[in-house]
Amino acid sequence: MLRYASMRVLGAIPTLLLVIVIAFIMVRAAPGGPFDAERVLPPEIERNIAHAYHLDEPLPRQLLRYISGLLDGDLGPSYRYRDYTVSELIGSALPLSFRLGLIAMSLALVLGVGTGLVAALRKNTVLDRLLTGIAMLGISVPIFVIAPLLVLGFAVYLNWLPAGWSSSSGISRYLLPVFALALPQIAFIARITRGEMIGVMASDFVRTGRAQGLGTWSIVRYHALKPALLPLLSYMGPAMVGILTGSVVVEQIFGIPGLGQLFVRAALNRDYTVVLGSVILYAVLIILFNLLVDILYGLLDPRIRRR
Amino acid sequence: MRTIRLLPASNKTRPGWQQSLLLCALLALAACSGPVQDRTVLNRTLGVEPESLDYHKARTKQAGDVQRDIGEGLTGYSATGELLAAAAESWQLSDDGLRYTFNLRKDARWSNGDVVTAEHFVYSFRRLVDPRTAAFYAQTIIDIENASEIIAGDLPPEELAVTASGEFELTVRLRQPVPYFLALLSHPSTFPVHPSAAEAPGDDYARPGRLISNGAYQLDAWQLGSVIELRRNEFYHANDDTGIDRVRHHITTEAHAELNRYRAGEVDLTSGIPQDALLQMRAERPDEVHVAPYLGVYFYGFNLKREPFKSNLKLRQALSMAIDREDITEKVTGRGETPAYSWVPPGVDRYEPRLFPYAAMSREERHAAARQLYREAGFGEDNPLQLELRYNTSQSHSRVAVAIEDMWREVLGVETSLINEEFRVLLANIKAQEITQVFLSSWLGDYNDAHTFLHLLQTDSPSNLFGYSNDDFDSLMLRSAAQTDPQRRQLYLEEAERVLLDDHPVLPIYFRVSKHLVSPRIEGWGDNVLDYHYSQHLSFSEPD
Amino acid sequence: MSTLVALQQLGSQVRRSRVVLVSGGILLAIGVIALLGPLLSPHSYLDTDLDRRLLAPAFAAARLFGTDDLGRDLFVRTMMGVQVTLLVAVVASIVSLVIGVLYGAIAGFVGGRVDALMMRAVDVLYALPFIFLVILLMVAFERSLFLIFVAIGAINWLDMARIVRGQTLSIKEREFVDAARLIGVSPIGIIFRHITPNLFGVVVVYMTLTIPQAILVESFLSFLGLGIQEPQTSLGALVNGGVSQMEQATWVLLIPAGLLAIILLCFNFLGDGLRDLADPRKQAT
Repeated sequence: MLRYASMRVLGAIPTLLLVIVIAFIMVRAAPGGPFDAERVLPPEIERNIAHAYHLDEPLPRQLLRYISGLLDGDLGPSYRYRDYTVSELIGSALPLSFRLGLIAMSLALVLGVGTGLVAALRKNTVLDRLLTGIAMLGISVPIFVIAPLLVLGFAVYLNWLPAGWSSSSGISRYLLPVFALALPQIAFIARITRGEMIGVMASDFVRTGRAQGLGTWSIVRYHALKPALLPLLSYMGPAMVGILTGSVVVEQIFGIPGLGQLFVRAALNRDYTVVLGSVILYAVLIILFNLLVDILYGLLDPRIRRR
Repeated sequence: MRTIRLLPASNKTRPGWQQSLLLCALLALAACSGPVQDRTVLNRTLGVEPESLDYHKARTKQAGDVQRDIGEGLTGYSATGELLAAAAESWQLSDDGLRYTFNLRKDARWSNGDVVTAEHFVYSFRRLVDPRTAAFYAQTIIDIENASEIIAGDLPPEELAVTASGEFELTVRLRQPVPYFLALLSHPSTFPVHPSAAEAPGDDYARPGRLISNGAYQLDAWQLGSVIELRRNEFYHANDDTGIDRVRHHITTEAHAELNRYRAGEVDLTSGIPQDALLQMRAERPDEVHVAPYLGVYFYGFNLKREPFKSNLKLRQALSMAIDREDITEKVTGRGETPAYSWVPPGVDRYEPRLFPYAAMSREERHAAARQLYREAGFGEDNPLQLELRYNTSQSHSRVAVAIEDMWREVLGVETSLINEEFRVLLANIKAQEITQVFLSSWLGDYNDAHTFLHLLQTDSPSNLFGYSNDDFDSLMLRSAAQTDPQRRQLYLEEAERVLLDDHPVLPIYFRVSKHLVSPRIEGWGDNVLDYHYSQHLSFSEPD
Repeated sequence: MSTLVALQQLGSQVRRSRVVLVSGGILLAIGVIALLGPLLSPHSYLDTDLDRRLLAPAFAAARLFGTDDLGRDLFVRTMMGVQVTLLVAVVASIVSLVIGVLYGAIAGFVGGRVDALMMRAVDVLYALPFIFLVILLMVAFERSLFLIFVAIGAINWLDMARIVRGQTLSIKEREFVDAARLIGVSPIGIIFRHITPNLFGVVVVYMTLTIPQAILVESFLSFLGLGIQEPQTSLGALVNGGVSQMEQATWVLLIPAGLLAIILLCFNFLGDGLRDLADPRKQAT
C-alpha cells in the first residue's frame, strides 16, 4: 500500500505544477495590481516598488523565480503585508481553520448521520419529513443570513456568547462559528445517509436478515450501517478540504483570522504570492484527501479488498 | 410606519426570572471564557488590517491610526484637531520661508529608553526618500531640497537637505515655501524610525518584539488578522498623561459584525457605523453616536479625454445641476453629510470655499436650468444621453448610484447603465482613461489645508485621473505656492477654486463625515475634521 | 431505448411520488407568480421613491411587500429576484450539464489515453479552489448576467463529467452498444442516440441537485459584491441587503429569505424524490 500511496503522490506532482501555472496566469490576468490606490503614486515611486518586488520582470521570469523559491520552501513575501511572509500568514491562519473545521465536521457527522439514520428508518412519515426539512436548513438559508442572526440573538441581545473572535479567549467563542460551519454539512451528510440507508434497508441481504428474525437495531448496527455509510467517504474527501480551508462568510461575520478570509482578501488585494500559496495548500490538501479516501475505501470496502 | 419587531428592542430592562437564568448561564460561561473587560484596556475596532506598522511601508488610514498611537512626529494634533508641538518643542522659520530649525524635546525617549535625537530624524527622512525603501508616502516631504531627485534615483539619500545642527537641533531646507509644512510633519510617514531598523534582516523590523517607537504606546503583540495589542511606553515624555495602559485594535472587515461587537459590549469604540444602522443607533444610543465633518469629498469624476465630456461643459453642468444633493444626504446616505456645492470641504483652516452658482437656486429653478443646458449641449428626448456610470462594489455606493441614475432619468431623460466593478478593476480602468465616462471617486485630505484638495486637479498631479488641464488654474496654484502672506495666499487659492468650479471637471456630491460609536465610559474624545483619535488622549471615567 | 420512451417511463413514475408532485407544483406556482406578478403591479423595479422608504407591507397603493431602503417596491423587486435567481440557476446548470455530459461521455466512450488525459485535466481543475476561479472570473471580465452563468456553470461541470464518464464506461460494455457498432453507427451517433438517453435518469436527478447549489453560489457572489448588478437584483442580492435591515424592517429580509428557502427546499426534495424513483434498488419494494 505504501507503494500505491507513493505512486499516487508522485503522479500528483505534475498536477500540482499545472495548478500553480494556471493559478499564476489567472491571478496575473486580473486587471489591477497590488499597489494600486486612488492616490496614484508618482511614477518614480511606482518604479521603485515594482522593482523591489520584481514586478518589472517579464512574466515567465517571475514564474520561474517563484517556482525556484518553492523548491527552497519559500512561498515568497506578501505583497500587501510588507512585514510578513506568505508562510507566516498561512501558518498563523491554518491551525485555527483546521481546528474549527475538524470540530465542525465532527459535529456535522454526528448530527448528520444521526438525523439521516432516523429519517431513513422512519421513511416517509411526518418525522422523516420534519427531520429532513430541519437538516436541510443549512442549505436552504444562506449562512450569511443564519450567522448574523445567531450573533444578534446570542451575543447582542442575550450576551451569552462573544460576537467577535478577538473579544475573548475561551471556548465560548468557538460555539457559534462551529455551529455555522457545520450547518451546511449536516444537510448534505443527512441527505446522503438517508438515501444510502433507504437503499440498503431495501436490499436483499437485509430482507434476508429480517426473514431470519433479526431486529431492526441489530440489522442496522451489524449489517446495514457500514454499506450505508461507506459512500459517505467519497463525499467527505472534498468536503473536509472545503471546511478545513475555512469559510469566508463565517470568518467575516465572526472576525476569525482564518484561511478563507486570507485567501479572498488576497485575491481582492492582488496579493499574488498569498493567493498562490493558498492555491497550493488547497491543491495539496485535495490530493492528500483523495488519496486518503481511496486508501480507506481499499481498507474498508470488502469488495475492493477482495481484488 | 409600523415596524414588526421579532426581537426585543433593547437590552436595558429584564424581568427577574430571566435575569437569574442569565446570571447562571453567564457564570457558567465566564468559567470558560476570557477575562472580564479590564478597565485599563481600551478595546477599539480598526477596520481592515494595516499593511505594515513601518511608517514607510504603509499608507492606509488604518495603518495611520495605529501608527499615531505608537509613534510621534515633530508636530501632532490635540483631540479637537489643533496642531501642537510634539517631538519638537519649538521651531523657527527663516524670513524667506525656506529654512526651518526645530528644537527637539530633550526628554523624548524611545520605548527602549534611548534618547530621541536629531540624528534619528535625519536617518528617518533619508530612509523615507531612499528608492530602496520604496515608501508610498515619500512625496510627503517632496518639497525638501533634493527630495525629488533622490526619489528618482539621481542623488544619494545623504544629499537630503535635513541635517542635525546639534544633538537636539534639526535643520530643514525647502526648495520653495510650504505654508502647510508643519501640518505635514504630523503625518506618520515623517515619524522617526529607530536606527535598529537598518540591522533588521529582510523586512521584519516592524514586528512585535523588534519595533522600537517613540510614541505613547509600543507594539506588544500582533495576532495576524485578529488584533494588534499595544502597551504603554513607560519612557514616553508625557507618559503620566496617558490614561489607558493597553490598547487593543481589533481588525474588523465587516461593518455590521463590527457594530454587533460594540452592541455586545466587547469594544468601547468603533471605527465607523454602517449606513443602514445609523438611524437605529441614533434612536438607541444617541449620546454614543459621534458624527462629525471630515476632510473628504465624495464625487464623480468625468473622463475629460473622451467624448461626450471632453468638450461639452454644458453637459457636465447639466448633469451636476440635475442632482438633488440634499435628497442624497438626507435620504440616501442619511449620516449628516454636507451636500457638496464646492470642491474644498468646509472647515478647512484659513479658507472660505467658493460655491457653484446654483447652490442657492430652488429645486425647480435648478432643474429647469439643467434641462436648458442639456438641450444646448445637444441632447433631448429624441437624442438622450447614454451614459456609463462606474463605481466599485459596495452597498452604499450602489444606493447613491441608483438614486442619481433615477434623478438623471427623471430630470433630463438620461439613460445610465450602472457598472459595478471590483475596486482594483475600477482603478485600472480609471487610470487607463480609455473606457470610462463617469466614475466614482473619493479624495481624503492629508492635512488641514485647501492645498491638499486643490492640487489634485493640477495638470502635473499624478492623481489627476480626469484629464483636467487648465493653464489659469495651474498658474493660480503656482502663484499661491509662492505667497508667504497667508491672506494673499488664501485669495489665490480661492480664485483657483472658482476657476475649477466653473469648469466642472468633477461632480462633487457630498462632503464626508466621520462616524464612530464611543462608549459612555470613555473620556477625552474629540471630534475633529481629520478624524485622528489618538488613544493617549482617552481615558475611562470612574464608574458611578 | 430511445429518449422518448425514457421520458414516458419517468413521467408515469413521477405521478406516483407525492414529494415530487408537491415540490414540483410549488416551484411551478412560484415561477408563474414571478412572471405574472410584476405585470399586475403599477410599480417598476427601477423607480426609487425617497419619501417612501422602508414601508411595511400593505394592500394600500399596491405595496404588497412594502418598500426597500430606497423606496422601491419590494413585491416587484422580489418577483424579479425570483426570475433572475431561477434563470441563473437553471441556465448555469444547463451549461454545466452540457459541458459535463459531453466531456464525460466522450472521455468514457473513447477510453484509453484520451480518457486518461481528459480525466487528468479534471483532476487539475478539481484542485483549484472554486472561490478563486469564480472571483477571478468575475473580476477579470466585464460583469454581466452571462458571465455569472458561465462562472457558476464552469465550476459544476466537473462532478457531472466524472459521473457521466463512469456511467458511459459501464453502458459502453452493454450489448446494444455492441450491436450498434456492428451495424456501423458512427461513434457520435452512438453517443447521442444510445448513451445519452441512458444517462437520462442520473442527469435529471443531478440537475435538480445542482440547481440549489448554483443558487447558493450566486448568493455567495452577492455577499462578496460580485453578483448581479444594480438595478437588477436576485434573491441572493435581496437577502444580502435585507440582513442589514433585519432589526428595523424585518420583512425586507424575511420575504426574500423565505422565498429563497422554499425554492431551495423544493428543489432539494424534488431531487431526492426523483432519485428515489430512479434508484433501481428502491424499485424492488
